[in-house]
Amino acid sequence: MSTRLSSGGRLVNRGKAVEFTFNGRRLKGYEGDTLASALLAGGQMMVGRSFKYHRPRGLVASGAEEPNALVNLGEGGRFEPNQRATTTELFDGLTCTSQNHWPSLEFDIGAINNKLARVLPAGFYYKTFMAPRAAWKYLFEPIVRHSAGLGRAPKDRDADRYEHFYAFVDVVVIGGGIAGLQAAKAAGAGGAKVLLMEQTPHWGGRAPVDGGEVGGMAAGDHVTTLVNDLKAMPNVTMRTRMMGAGVYDHGYVLGYERVRDHAPDTPGPRHRLWRIRAGRIVTATGAIERPLSFAGNDVPGVMLASAMRDYLVDYGVSPGDRTVVVTNNDDAYRTAIALKHAGLEVPVVLDARAAGGGALAEEARGLGIRVATGKGIAKVKGGKRVTGVSICLQEGEGAALEEIKCDAVAMSGGWSPVVHLWSHCGGKLIWDDMQAHFRPDADRPPLGADGAGFVIAAGAGNGAMDLRAILADATGAGTAAAQETGHAGGETPVPEVAAQPEAAMMPVWLMPQGAGPDLRMKAWLDYQNDVKVSDVMLAAQEGYESVEHTKRYTTLGMATDQGKLSNINGLATLASQLNAPIPSVGTTTFRPPYTPISMGAIAGEARAEVFQPLRRTPIHDWHEAQGAHFEPVGQWRRPYCFPRGGESHAEAVRREIDQTRGSLGILDASTLGKIIVTGPDAPKFMDMLYTNMMSSLKPGKCRYGLMCNENGFLMDDGVVARLDEETFLVHTTTGGAEHIHGHMEEWLQTEWWDWKVYTANVTEQFVQIGVVGPNARKLLDKLGGMDVSKEAMAFMEWKDGTLGGFDARVFRISFSGELSFEIAVAASVGRAFWDTLLEAGEEFGITPYGTEALHVMRAEKGFIMIGDETDGTVIPQDLGLGWAISKKKEDYLGKRAQTRPHMADPERWKLVGLETLDGSVIPDGAYAVAGGHNANGQRSTQGRVTSTYHSPTLGRGIAMALVHRGPDRMGEVIEIAKLDGSTVSAKIVSPVFYDPEGEKQNV
Amino acid sequence: MLILTCPYCGVKGEETEFHSGGEAHLKRFGPGSSDADFEQYLFMRENPKGVHLERWRHANGCGKWFHAARCTVTLEVFGTYSAQTTEPPQHIRDAISARRPGWTWREFS
Repeated sequence: MSTRLSSGGRLVNRGKAVEFTFNGRRLKGYEGDTLASALLAGGQMMVGRSFKYHRPRGLVASGAEEPNALVNLGEGGRFEPNQRATTTELFDGLTCTSQNHWPSLEFDIGAINNKLARVLPAGFYYKTFMAPRAAWKYLFEPIVRHSAGLGRAPKDRDADRYEHFYAFVDVVVIGGGIAGLQAAKAAGAGGAKVLLMEQTPHWGGRAPVDGGEVGGMAAGDHVTTLVNDLKAMPNVTMRTRMMGAGVYDHGYVLGYERVRDHAPDTPGPRHRLWRIRAGRIVTATGAIERPLSFAGNDVPGVMLASAMRDYLVDYGVSPGDRTVVVTNNDDAYRTAIALKHAGLEVPVVLDARAAGGGALAEEARGLGIRVATGKGIAKVKGGKRVTGVSICLQEGEGAALEEIKCDAVAMSGGWSPVVHLWSHCGGKLIWDDMQAHFRPDADRPPLGADGAGFVIAAGAGNGAMDLRAILADATGAGTAAAQETGHAGGETPVPEVAAQPEAAMMPVWLMPQGAGPDLRMKAWLDYQNDVKVSDVMLAAQEGYESVEHTKRYTTLGMATDQGKLSNINGLATLASQLNAPIPSVGTTTFRPPYTPISMGAIAGEARAEVFQPLRRTPIHDWHEAQGAHFEPVGQWRRPYCFPRGGESHAEAVRREIDQTRGSLGILDASTLGKIIVTGPDAPKFMDMLYTNMMSSLKPGKCRYGLMCNENGFLMDDGVVARLDEETFLVHTTTGGAEHIHGHMEEWLQTEWWDWKVYTANVTEQFVQIGVVGPNARKLLDKLGGMDVSKEAMAFMEWKDGTLGGFDARVFRISFSGELSFEIAVAASVGRAFWDTLLEAGEEFGITPYGTEALHVMRAEKGFIMIGDETDGTVIPQDLGLGWAISKKKEDYLGKRAQTRPHMADPERWKLVGLETLDGSVIPDGAYAVAGGHNANGQRSTQGRVTSTYHSPTLGRGIAMALVHRGPDRMGEVIEIAKLDGSTVSAKIVSPVFYDPEGEKQNV
Repeated sequence: MLILTCPYCGVKGEETEFHSGGEAHLKRFGPGSSDADFEQYLFMRENPKGVHLERWRHANGCGKWFHAARCTVTLEVFGTYSAQTTEPPQHIRDAISARRPGWTWREFS
């Protein structure tokens, strides 16, 4: 049983107890504990169930690589699944529960899968696809769905706040171990602006635990000296609890700072995402110990040797009373020695190397520890906890030579440098035969904008595995980073390090090397996704030769830990099965983030009201005060309708239309795009932009125009007013203003750069108000100041003048079919003008109307709406707008494209009106069905509805639709599919439902 | 997240300031052009592994279009230059040649 020792633990404050609960059980830890160390101290070795087989699982590691100890952390708005206990700092009142079991951690129904392991092999999920269709639907899918996923998704709104932070530095050093500290010191001494980050709350990494002597003092003391040196350097910024999450193009780095995960009751943001641009990035990310692959290497109590040492030295926690150590390298002897010094029993160190270890092995023997060379573990005994091991020859097939009782196993399969950040942006790796690991290839770094490498790996993260090499490498890396960013200040000497000679490690990818199928089936590679040696071997047998394919087939390394622990073991297993060298099999791709980061941190402040900027017209406040129902149009909010009293939206829309058509309506049209196009070549340019002839438009006149892209498709429409010989005012759709302005600039800057044309987007400079209805002219006459009579101002003309004392530009244009004026005034007086109109219009029952009334009225008139009748595949010719396409012009954007055969094809779907025979409203987006079925067994179609409304004016449903050869089929009745599978009959009619002669607007 | 320098305003900016605009130095074919020419203009694009000439716009900056010479493999930027040209200027060609001797892109080298 794991427990807290009576003394020891350099990181815990035994003077301050902290209470927390695990699965409802109250436990106690100390300040400075991680959740993992506190659980171990409380005797809780088993912390979860595995994903696929629901096997009992315990803590394996002590850091970010931990695959098993994932918990549901917190409650309500602070609930978060899949949190690693090893990287969760303990705080008073922490609550957590274990995952992936039912009904309880101790007794789990799903563990039956463990017995079924033989029928759930690698690729089980994919193999279910090959079964009969019905088997997938009724048998496999429900099972797979039920068992999929770790943890639970949060249901409540996140109660915390998150923020982004921008930083620009010369050098970022990622990793605050002894290498990172030394590199930061060297870079800082050179004069560079340095940002040093460490993912844990502590500086020094493994050095204080692993020991050694630097500059005549203990490594841990040297770390303290380094930290103090750095704190004194004004050009160095140091952050703990901040992980280098990802490295991106040209020196971009994401830092993930967990500001107050450890102290949830303090004010401030929970996480801060640092968006950093650096000249050079030093990755001093250390190395992660690998497990060994032997049967039962996942039984709770089997841990990495280094993790066991961490728990012992850092937290004063014993993982068990009797620990068997199994290794292929010298480092694990440090654990044996540390356990012995702590007064715990180490019955044997099993060293797979026939020749055994070096000085550390001698030291262990000197302490009276039995060392057995050339031996390994055949099998771990125990279910929910280790009870013993059987020992075998490493070179054999697993015959038990001896059985030893123990309650913990410390394993070490060698060390893999953390190369993730080096690799995120294309840094390449080389295989190191001596250490049996991949490490960064300094000759092939990720390249920056100038073509030079911008990442420098340092220390154990660069494959330097002893303290002397680590400090030399880190000094070089920090100095180089400073120099390459133009800082060649002071030199930093490499400290003196006492030599620690170690015997060579020996790669061991399977223990024992001749293990048969029964043992391989229990030898775990990927703990979190339950992938075993036998699964990778099966994948290779079934023809999966590419490591990327094998990964996906077996799910090796695809869990939330992304295979940090044992991907190399998996690759080596695949390589040996394929009889290929490991480097030729290669690694899978390393992708950011290094460990999962919170969604909140990614969103930062961009949530709720500030998710995106909101654009408001100067009349917006009035709309709001009237209780308008808004709809988003681009980044604007436009009133959809203005319900009064208990009116429904539909009732409000009907009233607004009736009142506008009957007397007087008023519309805030300020959001419409307004772009000035001016210059000597403006007429020529306008002719290229629009399908119509715009150069012939006379000053004082307006013309409706269509704009196509070079593919020939209709992209925007609107009314153009010619202000003078050289100047046009272009009206665009609300959503189109910015991109149409961009479209104009693109052509002017990149194709016709010798044309003298200037454009300006003046959308927000004006408030534009539609005054609409039979009494529109009476209202303007009442305001006075301008002659807007039929004689003075014909349809499609505009004039500058004053109205009721306001400087105004009045356009006589109509999007409703009524007598209508659109009046533009300066934005600054827009609200005052709006109020003036409302007051003066009271006698006519003036009624503000919203976008829905606007839509219905334009549909009654058969006017198209960009985005309804068009979708990027529609040309003007489809919409019966051939009259707006100049035959005389030699060229306009889209003209050539519109001559392509399929554009001129008479079989295209074209715009018509639809009237349901029963007067009902057709559902939005419905399709017109034809006889027969297509290749997918769906009903064939012959058209689709683009706009559909209830017309209060006509008292029936009306619709516009694109129908196969539609205009040739007037009067024909077609069937339109409804959501319930039935159809409604509709007659093809002209899209102009209301006042086809235009008598209402020409008054 | 590339870093590009706008040749108009001189700002060295983050990629988020810019909008990519596809291949540079397209020759427009309008009415009367052959189907082959028009297809080439409208649809056919280089997809090089290596040197590429692209259009960019300093959208969240001065608003100007410009050209960039870039390596699609290493993301190295050889230079940025005016959009008001039908071919890469000599100093850009030299800058590319210095880093990628013997490069070719469409008819340029």
